Formats: sequence, C-alpha cells, structure tokens
Amino acid sequence: MESAATIDPPMISPVSPPPQRGTSHVQTSEVASERPAFEVERLSIFYGDKKAIDDVSVGIPSKKITAIIGPSGCGKSSFLRSLNRMHELVPNTRIEGKVLFAGEDIYAPHVDPVVIRRRIGMVFQKSNPFPTMSIAENVLVGLKLNGVRDRAFLRERLEQSLRMAALWDEVKDDLHKPGVSLSGGQQQRLCIARAIAVEPEVLLMDEPASALDPIATAKIEELIHELSANYTVVIVTHNMQQAGRCSDYTAFLYLGRLIEFGSTTKIFSNPTERKTEDYITGRFG
Amino acid sequence: MKSKRRLRNNHLWRRTKSALASIVAFVCALLVIAPLALVLFHLLRSGASAVNWSFFTELPKPVGVAGGGMANAIAGSFELLGLAAVVGVPVGVFGGVYLAEYGTVRGNWLLRFVADVLNGVPSIIWGVVVYGLVVLCFKGFSAYAGGLALGFIMIPLIMRTTEEVLLLVPAGYREASLALGISRWKTIVHIVMKTALKGIVTAVLLALARVAGETAPLLFTAFGNRFWNHNLSEPIAALPLQIFSYAISPYDDWHRQAWAGALVLVVMIFLINLVVRFLTRERIAKVL
Repeated sequence: MESAATIDPPMISPVSPPPQRGTSHVQTSEVASERPAFEVERLSIFYGDKKAIDDVSVGIPSKKITAIIGPSGCGKSSFLRSLNRMHELVPNTRIEGKVLFAGEDIYAPHVDPVVIRRRIGMVFQKSNPFPTMSIAENVLVGLKLNGVRDRAFLRERLEQSLRMAALWDEVKDDLHKPGVSLSGGQQQRLCIARAIAVEPEVLLMDEPASALDPIATAKIEELIHELSANYTVVIVTHNMQQAGRCSDYTAFLYLGRLIEFGSTTKIFSNPTERKTEDYITGRFG
Repeated sequence: MKSKRRLRNNHLWRRTKSALASIVAFVCALLVIAPLALVLFHLLRSGASAVNWSFFTELPKPVGVAGGGMANAIAGSFELLGLAAVVGVPVGVFGGVYLAEYGTVRGNWLLRFVADVLNGVPSIIWGVVVYGLVVLCFKGFSAYAGGLALGFIMIPLIMRTTEEVLLLVPAGYREASLALGISRWKTIVHIVMKTALKGIVTAVLLALARVAGETAPLLFTAFGNRFWNHNLSEPIAALPLQIFSYAISPYDDWHRQAWAGALVLVVMIFLINLVVRFLTRERIAKVL
C-alpha cells in the first residue's frame, strides 16, 4: 500500500511537441505555450450505440481554470468524466481517440483507473459527504483508505485541506460532528476539501454550485479561483455568467462536438463561431 | 327541486359507501392483529405458570418426575443459531454484495430467480437435503448438520435483503469514493456496506428470527437431545424440537412445559423483531 505522501509526483516532460489538433475549426492559438495538462485527441465517447462526444480535440491548459459550457445534453459531463475515467462506471461505454494527461495516455492498457483518479480528483453537482463519517473522517477518508497511518501527517492534511477549501474557521471546533450536519454550501466545500486532501494535480468539477444559493455559489467561485494557483481546474457549468466570471479558458460544446475553445475573454466578447455567439447571447440553449 | 333531492340522495349514498369501506378496512386490520393477540394471550395463560427459574436452568426430568426445565434446549437453540449464522451470514451478505455491485444483468436475473425459488422451498426439504449430504456421510445426527440446514434457509433471505439495502445507498457515494482513487473493493466495504450496515444487520436479524422457530429442518439433522451437548458433532437439543416432542407426549406436566417453551420462543422472536424495528427506524431517519 503506497502512502499518499509519495503518490506519483507530477510528470515533467521537458520537450513537448505541439499538440496535434484534429479538427481545424477549433481556435486554440491563444492557449499558453506551456504543455497542456490534458491533450485530448480526436475523442469520441459512446454509450452503447449512442455517441455522446464526437471527435473532440483540445488542449486543456495547466494550472488554469477551464470552463466547459453548452446546452443540456451536449456531452459536457461525459467529456469531463472521461478525463479521469469516471464515465466507465456506466456499463457499455466505449471511447475512441486519446486522452493524454501530463503526456501519458490514461487509456493505455496498463493504466489503472484507480491511480488516474488519485491524481485527477472530482467534485460533483450534488454534495455527497459520506453519511457515516464525521467532518474530519470525510476529509481524510481518501488518505486513510489508501493506507496512510501517520497521525501527525493526517492532522496536518486535515487542517490544510479545510483551510484551502475555506471551511476551517467554520468547522474547526466541530470536526467530530457528522459531515451531513453542515449546510449545503458547507457540504460542497467539505467535498472539495475531501478531494484536495489526497493531493491530486487536477480538480474536475461537475456543476459544483448549481444546487447552491447565490452566496454559497460566490464562496465556491472564489474558492475555485484560489485553487487555480495550485491546481488545473476543469469546471462544467450551465451557468454562463459563472463561466464568464471564474474561468480563464472556455470550451463550448454543442451536440457532442467542440464548437470553439479559447480564452474566456475572447469567447464571451468576440467568438469566432456563429453558434458560440448565438449561445452566449441566449439565442438558443 | 327534483334535482336537489337527487343530489342529496347521491350524497347519502356516497357517505354510506365511504362508511362501508372504512368498516371493511377496519375489520381486516383487526383480523391481522387478532391472531397475534390470541396467540400471545393463550401462550401467556397456558405457559406462564410453567415458566420459572428452573425452566431456564435445569435439564428435563424423566417421565413422572415433576419439575425440570429446558436449559439445554435454550442453549442448544442459540448454538444452532450461531452455527447457522456462520454459514448463512457470509454467504448471504456477499451474495447480496455481488447482486448489488458486481453482477451482470442476465446473471443477476438468474441468481435472483434461484434465490426466490430457494426462499419458497419448504423448510423440511432443507432437513432432508442436509440429512443426505451430512448426516448419512458422517453417520450421525449433529449440531453441525442442524446449523447447516438453518444456514441454508438463511442464505437466500439475507442475500435478497442485503441486495435491496445496498441498492438504497445513493450512487453518489460510490462515485465520490472512486473519484478519490479508492479501489472498488474498498469502496464497497468501507463506503457502501458501512452506509448500509444497519440494513444488513436487520437482514441478518430477521433471518435469524425466521429460522429460530424452525422445527422441520432439525428433525433429522440436530435430532434433539435430553442432555447437555458437549460436542457439536453429537445431536443437540433445540427449543422447537423440545416443544414438538413434549407437545405430542401424553403427560400433562410435559404439556405445560411445551407451553412454557413456546412462550419463551415467541418472546425471543418478538424481542429480535423489536430490535429490528428500532434499527430500521434509525436507518430511515438517517440515510433516506
């Protein structure tokens, strides 16, 4: 059992070839020259016979916030879940194409999805702290079940994770109370703390604020902004204002296809594609 | 004028129908409760007089000697339940885990069908099966054989209930755990089964309550014993068996003891059900 303290150090590849882009209409010229965290190459996802994602190629920049927007059913969540192989939990799923994470194909036959998910964490739409566990146990469960026993280290990670999730001051005296006793917004921040306690390199967020009130949403957005200093964040949202407010890059998906990818400023002020403009201005979707 | 009267008549008719329906429902509810009340009342009247300290501490006395108890049968029943649990709980619980977490659609259909058929198999059949499998093989009645027969009855019961309570655990918890890089097996044991623990305990207790009163599967497996059992590979006494043999005897004193045994058995099962009630109330309040 490996200790989480030694979990796979980030892979650094000094020489990175420019990522291949399959579809020509995707605008990626503004993306930083640093190697992207994810290089998605001609990715298609199938559920049985249904194609949820169709030939998507994109580079998701490292240590930045990338928002994925698009109307319901456009494949946003499927795309996000394919980045840490969570979509495989649905039976009869199949993918074509490649997803490179730090230069490594996460779908290569020898790759264990458990290890991938340890490096690429996920926060879900509905906050889901484990009902049998206290606040502290919820935060530390990922470390403990992966064999970390060092009490001092666990205590340190507990405080550090809760501080990063901007929850420490609110719960530091109630660490033994059940995680589900917190309010909705606090529960979602607890889930973020739980995800970052295992020290992933990436946080995938699937509409993390869509079930929250505006004040709790503002807190989560501020938190996402702070997290981007240390993490690559990919956030799915159906709230365009949210994408505009808190992301550096935006990808617009429509009917399983990537219509446009670029800096958020450009997508929201001067999109290249007509469809993007129509969606942003609320003409459909 | 005419239409007004008709309206009133309709109103009357509707009220009559409503009252009739209430009465039928009430009578049916009474019919459900009445047997339990009757059984308890009758058991208390006939058995309470024979329930005393020596009933719980002494061995049966020979015919014609007054007094004595069923201490060996009470202990034997618990030993048999323990043996049954050793067989039934792991197989039943992990069978349920397979159904809820691993199985394929077609395999699960078959497994559920088999489990449901097994649930309907008369308990004496289990006695015959174990007689053939164990008693004949080892050339003797034994506590092991009795426990095995009861355990076989518990397996499908526990399996189906465990499956149901595991499926009640929201998928979000599984996803959250897997997304933390926790392996599937650890997710199932530490997250899913832990969340459903009360439900699983309930399943086990209900199955135990069900087999605690079984007589038929013990007739040619545990066989019964008028003395203490010091070796589980020897025949062992059990409350239902003792009640059976005392009830069909021609002696008044034994009849009284049979009533007392029945009372003790029913109270035991009643208590198990109370514990289950308590646990499920908690579970519904917390998880669902």
